[in-house]
Amino acid sequence: MNQGFFLLFAAASVITALTVVLARNPVHSALALMACFLPISAIFVLLEAPFLAVIQIFVYVGAIMVLFLFVIMMIDVREAVLQRFLPGGNLPALALLVLLGGEMLVLVLWSDRFSVTEPVATRTAGDIRQLSTTLFADYLLPFEVASVILLAALVGAIVLARKEPG
Amino acid sequence: MVPLWWHIVLGAVLFVIGAAGVLLRRNILVVLMSLELLLNSVNINFIAFGHYYDDFRGQIFAIFVIAITAAEVAVALGILVALVRNKSTLRVDDVTMMKG
Repeated sequence: MNQGFFLLFAAASVITALTVVLARNPVHSALALMACFLPISAIFVLLEAPFLAVIQIFVYVGAIMVLFLFVIMMIDVREAVLQRFLPGGNLPALALLVLLGGEMLVLVLWSDRFSVTEPVATRTAGDIRQLSTTLFADYLLPFEVASVILLAALVGAIVLARKEPG
Repeated sequence: MVPLWWHIVLGAVLFVIGAAGVLLRRNILVVLMSLELLLNSVNINFIAFGHYYDDFRGQIFAIFVIAITAAEVAVALGILVALVRNKSTLRVDDVTMMKG
């Protein structure tokens, strides 16, 4: 049952990810990216992380994709549609990709550490209350640093996208 | 139950697809979207390991990755808007102003 759902969502996310990379029109890429995040959040639900699934939909589908679509509407993307890939020597990049993917697959399938089928300890990780306690007690400093980074990004984005004064 | 390595393989496949988009595509917007794909494939790994080894830190790291991604996208799109205003191009291979 779970395996069937996982395979369904994984196939959907891989197909839409390929659409992101292969689509001619950037608008199609953005919509395919949105369609790719939804099955991934479903996989988070299967992994008993419902909070992360909701965060994923809020932040990626709700905020980031709207940002992308706004920028696509602001600038003229018609002339960029003509050629999808970088011209000329893509061979080193392709070789690097094949090497990287082959290496990761070989390492994952070779090792027997990844063959766990059941969670190894008692189940507590589905509890959102405990997650938030850990986040706000043990990881308070990284949390505050992340909020400062978000503030810096906010100010930086406004300064960068503003028209030059005078 | 789903074995752990299925999740890891899914993360690896999405990572390679995203890396292909970053390395091969010509449009800067699609390169940024492929970066999102890369970060998301890493999140799958974090949450899968956190689930199978019963540790909250996977989910907490994933929350931080999502926050940093939001910041990164905001700054990158700001730079993109400034670039289009100054140079009026969306091609990666046209932006060579810093090449000596």
